[in-house]
Amino acid sequence: MNTQLSEAPVREAATNGPGPAIRLATLPAGGAAPTVDAAPEYVVELRDVSCYYGAFRAVRNVDIKVAKNAITALIGPSGCGKSTLLRTINRMNDLVPSYRSEGQIMLDGQDLFAKEVDPVAVRRRVGMVFQKPNPFPKTIWENVAFGPKVNGYKGNLNELVETSLRRAALWDDVKDKLKQSGMSLSGGQQQRLCIARTIAVNPEVILMDEPCSALDPRSTLQIEELMAELKREYTIVIVTHNMQQAARASDTTVFMTMGEDRAGFVVEQGPTAQIFTNPRNQLTEDYVSGRFG
Amino acid sequence: MTVANPTAPPATPVAPRFEPALMRRKLTGTIFYGACLAAIGVLLLALTFLLIDVFRRGLPWLDLGFLSGVPSRRPANAGILPALVGSFQVGIFVAIFSFPLGVAAAIYLTEYAKDNWFNRLLQTNISNLAGVPSIIYGILGLALFVRLLGLGPTSLAAGLTMTLLILPVVIIASIEALKAVPDAQREGAYALGATRWQMVRGSIFPAAAPGIMTGLILAMARAIGEAAPLLLIGASVFVTFLPNPLEGSYTVLPIQVLQWASRPQADFQGISAAAIIVILALMLVLNGLALVVRARLSRHIQW
Repeated sequence: MNTQLSEAPVREAATNGPGPAIRLATLPAGGAAPTVDAAPEYVVELRDVSCYYGAFRAVRNVDIKVAKNAITALIGPSGCGKSTLLRTINRMNDLVPSYRSEGQIMLDGQDLFAKEVDPVAVRRRVGMVFQKPNPFPKTIWENVAFGPKVNGYKGNLNELVETSLRRAALWDDVKDKLKQSGMSLSGGQQQRLCIARTIAVNPEVILMDEPCSALDPRSTLQIEELMAELKREYTIVIVTHNMQQAARASDTTVFMTMGEDRAGFVVEQGPTAQIFTNPRNQLTEDYVSGRFG
Repeated sequence: MTVANPTAPPATPVAPRFEPALMRRKLTGTIFYGACLAAIGVLLLALTFLLIDVFRRGLPWLDLGFLSGVPSRRPANAGILPALVGSFQVGIFVAIFSFPLGVAAAIYLTEYAKDNWFNRLLQTNISNLAGVPSIIYGILGLALFVRLLGLGPTSLAAGLTMTLLILPVVIIASIEALKAVPDAQREGAYALGATRWQMVRGSIFPAAAPGIMTGLILAMARAIGEAAPLLLIGASVFVTFLPNPLEGSYTVLPIQVLQWASRPQADFQGISAAAIIVILALMLVLNGLALVVRARLSRHIQW
């Protein structure tokens, strides 16, 4: 009885999208969330997305809405298709030979799966930061300039490199050694370099695939602080195995798990505070309370 | 209930049995270490013997006149300048042709070709080509470049033939270098909106360049040291002028060595040894160059 009573208002809030009441609860200390009370604007919408590797269905019938200027966390047990789903959004998985996907992914009202859409163009608009920092074997400056160069950037590259490094909170660390190898930096710095490189092409969405799993706690915290900064201008989707990270850093949480057929699906999505304190689904509760996964 | 519970632990637990035999294990290690050392020793011994023999015979003949002179009937007047220049010409042609061909083929096979039976067969065949005796390439070069394309017995034809000879090695070395680049590099470039070519040019090639260039330079060293195919495609044994790469005859250092070494007079044996010293020095320079190029190209790479 008790749970049913407390469940009602939450469900209502969830169906209407994160309303003002919930927004208040998830408002981060930085105050980065928009103060307008209007319904959030969705930048990315996954509609009935299924992903296949050959005959194997890795992800089934996923519907997710990604709010603008917010951080959406994908959590769930290993192998439930979080990364596959993330790599579908920027069509990175199109590079996997046996891979195909169904459904629609709407970015600003345009279906990214549409025939006329070129994956190369999608990846400029939807950036990605990987699990292990992967700077290019080039100088720090060249690492950041690479993306703008391949996309035909016509402005002042030096300025763009500096701005990008500043936004990634790396400028002060590297301003005197822009000609050194990007690989000479520490792990956390390398990951921030990869973030700088990503924002240098001015994407609308930044996907992060467990960006802190190879980093120590201090670097992890720096990345999380950076994410809180970045969401003022960008929309972030992050896959994480670290539930504290999802709870700390995200505004919306999507919980996925996999069924008997090993196909991943979305169990529940909602404001992070609600998912972690008052999940509606038993599977979610088991997972976030550490009883499973 | 009269039967004792089989899962119950025994009253006195049996101590786990280990036989450390530390002395024996350490002895095994020492023996292996000795075997490895002996292997190096054999190599060093052979090399030292070669070097001592060559230097003892050749050093007295090696002077500026030898380097700047032309072959002569009198060993005292003979020089190797035409052969040195011929070897340089062949080396330069080999570099010019095998770099683009080898690297492009390797990039095709690793970055573009689908992983199907045809491409796997292709790659296996390239590996096999590396084992084909060099004299066969001489026959091919004679038919293709000297006769069919009408290049005649020139250092250009020799360079092209040597290119065919080392191309499999260059391709295999380049493929290995390209495959050693982590996929994360490819994804990193793609994630920024790079096309495949931009990915290869901007990320994969710079990462693989040290390995590719090392392979190329070492293969060039092989081409410069090789004599057999050139015997077939008309390297002359007695050239007293500086060869024109496009026409007329030419010779190279290994051919010159062969020619002098096959003479009975002791003095010709001497200048033959002196020419070997020059070849060895050239190899040393090329290998040193490979080291420098490798260090220079890998200065930004730390996997």
